[in-house]
Amino acid sequence: MSKTLIRGAKVLGGEPQDVLIDGGTIAEVGTGLSAEGAEVVEAGGKVLLPGLVDLHTHLREPGREDSETVLTGTRAAASGGYTAVFAMANTFPVADTAGVVEQVYRLGQEHGYCDVQPIGAVTVGLEGRKLAELGAMHESAAGVTVFSDDGKCVDDAVIMRRALEYVKAFGGVVAQHAQEPRLTEGAQMNEGVVSAELGLGGWPAVAEESIIARDVLLAEHVGSRVHICHLSTAGSVEIVRWAKSRGIDVTAEVTPHHLLLTDELVRTYNPVYKVNPPLRTERDVLALREALADGTIDIVATDHAPHPHEDKDCEWAAAAMGMVGLETALSVVQETMVDTGLLTWAGVAERMSVKPAEIGQAKGHGRPVSAGEPANLTLVDTAYRGSVDPAGFASRSRNTPYEGRELPGRVTHTWLRGKATLVDGKLT
Amino acid sequence: MQRHLISAADLTRDDAVLILDTAEEMARVADRPIKKLPTLRGRTVVNLFFEDSTRTRISFEAAEKRLSADVINFSAKGSSVSKGESLKDTAQTLEAMGVDAVVIRHGASGAPYRLATSGWIDAHVINAGDGTHQHPTQALLDAFTMRRRLVGRDAGLGRDLDGRRITIVGDVLHSRVARSNVDLLHTLGAEVTLVAPPTLVPVGVETWPCEVSYDLDAVLPKSDAVMMLRVQRERMNAAFFPTEREYSRRYGLDGDRMARMPEHAIVMHPGPMVRGMEITAEVADSDRCTVVEQVANGVSIRMAVLYLLLGGNEPAVTHTRTEEK
Repeated sequence: MSKTLIRGAKVLGGEPQDVLIDGGTIAEVGTGLSAEGAEVVEAGGKVLLPGLVDLHTHLREPGREDSETVLTGTRAAASGGYTAVFAMANTFPVADTAGVVEQVYRLGQEHGYCDVQPIGAVTVGLEGRKLAELGAMHESAAGVTVFSDDGKCVDDAVIMRRALEYVKAFGGVVAQHAQEPRLTEGAQMNEGVVSAELGLGGWPAVAEESIIARDVLLAEHVGSRVHICHLSTAGSVEIVRWAKSRGIDVTAEVTPHHLLLTDELVRTYNPVYKVNPPLRTERDVLALREALADGTIDIVATDHAPHPHEDKDCEWAAAAMGMVGLETALSVVQETMVDTGLLTWAGVAERMSVKPAEIGQAKGHGRPVSAGEPANLTLVDTAYRGSVDPAGFASRSRNTPYEGRELPGRVTHTWLRGKATLVDGKLT
Repeated sequence: MQRHLISAADLTRDDAVLILDTAEEMARVADRPIKKLPTLRGRTVVNLFFEDSTRTRISFEAAEKRLSADVINFSAKGSSVSKGESLKDTAQTLEAMGVDAVVIRHGASGAPYRLATSGWIDAHVINAGDGTHQHPTQALLDAFTMRRRLVGRDAGLGRDLDGRRITIVGDVLHSRVARSNVDLLHTLGAEVTLVAPPTLVPVGVETWPCEVSYDLDAVLPKSDAVMMLRVQRERMNAAFFPTEREYSRRYGLDGDRMARMPEHAIVMHPGPMVRGMEITAEVADSDRCTVVEQVANGVSIRMAVLYLLLGGNEPAVTHTRTEEK
């Protein structure tokens, strides 16, 4: 088995140490480790983190291979420092049967860039009416534990209640895309000062908050856990904070873009800023950062949503919603959370690896960087600053809102069970 | 002046006054036996209409022809657009045919802005109404009508609408006319009050440079001009108001209400009117109502805009002014 010695890496941002990988496992962590028989990676003060885990990725395969495939999406993930991604169910066909989730799972295994854990649909065809065979998806080779109709809200209170109850039998979790459908008919952007001026249909904060409030109460009533996808408003933070203080088993995620961007950008009418839930206000952004720092929001998830060029090179109303995010997530988190002093690198590891792995039960991921653990690791050059160039993305799609924006940090190496998937910023 | 006219908010006070003054010059052309100027000879203007709007399209077309431009009318219905062609491809196709300016009407807010700023084409872009965003030439023709009536045709030259009290009534939420008027009237120094049921006022209106009232009767005696907006009957199906009758009772303009306006005050409407809904026939047909004048002024304003964006520095009209009657 091959050995790799990572020399002088700041493990979780601490003092420089050496980390010896032997095969798929971390053999030793310490100072002055012997390089004998090992390939040496000089970390030179870069930060070493456990491989990142994304609980919210759209890989688009099957059905929309023009925007992303499992291969291109997992290459993008490896580029961004991820060793596991959870693939959302809104594919064509929808991942609402054991057959589809097994296909996606198998493709991830075959390509070997990043573990792919499929998310199963809560309802058949994401239609919100009839529960999908959640148990069959769990029992399948894919071993699905996270269920979501993401892109659509499970808005029927009874269906949501049943799903929350049903998955308890095998320790699953329902991840809710919180969007009250009637309040968001024709919605194009955050409802507020900017939408009033631009004449674009409003997506009010209350449409998210009212569903979250209902679902945490439902989770409490039936004694289930619930996960809230891409929480985006200050009001949602308050509701989740209240629910946690009450002992309700709720976890929540925030996307990198909601930590950085605001609806002021929509004034350009450039659909690269069109996303669901929409970009909110400065006040929301600051509340989300604070909530991620204090633990009210548990994790960062990318909601990586690739779209082909023509779906963004058009007028706002005609454009698709969503942004790619796997290859810029860590940089945005460094910009908004680390460089602002809100989080340490250990805090980043907790929110981008440990907790998401725990919520999604991704075995072998989000583990401590210590001897005997699986060698899922990410090395980050935190001193780097550079502008984002989508031409260099591994993703098949380029719909990033950060083109030309200067951001800090660059992932230089990623290891998946000891195998390098990214070396010096280049995919293997 | 900028290269494009996308939003009334982009106009400075001096830009707007220049357009109004130029429109007065253009209006005099309409009094001539031959209503035509050679200004845009050899220039091609396309009227690119993705939404049906016969009156706006005809108004632009009349303006373009009076300036001797070559005019192409493009209606999205029955064209390649209905077969799925994108805005970008349509615009680039037209530009390849040598178009100097694109007058665009589109159902999507921001479509003219995208056309002007995405590097798709080089032509001048004039917004003829986009979604619920802006309709700047409508605001300009409204301001032109107000200045003539409230300040004077000749007396108004070089002047704005300083201190005039303008009330805009109706479906503000879905109205590009209201948005454009609030921006332009504020720039021209007028005091604007919006009156509507709270359901038809956008969340976020508090930052607009105007007042908002839910009580039409309280505002009417303090208005120099009252602009009634069209209210589509379908809105009541989406619970914006209970019934047509209740809307008319609370926010419609009838003879009794008109009598509460100051004597000099005018009634305006961008058209098309829904008689019996926001305005009664008695008001619509009264001589205080400027609807027909607004249509005539629309041609002058659009001539002025086309001339100033495309025509360069030559004077538009060389003869001396006719005196005000």
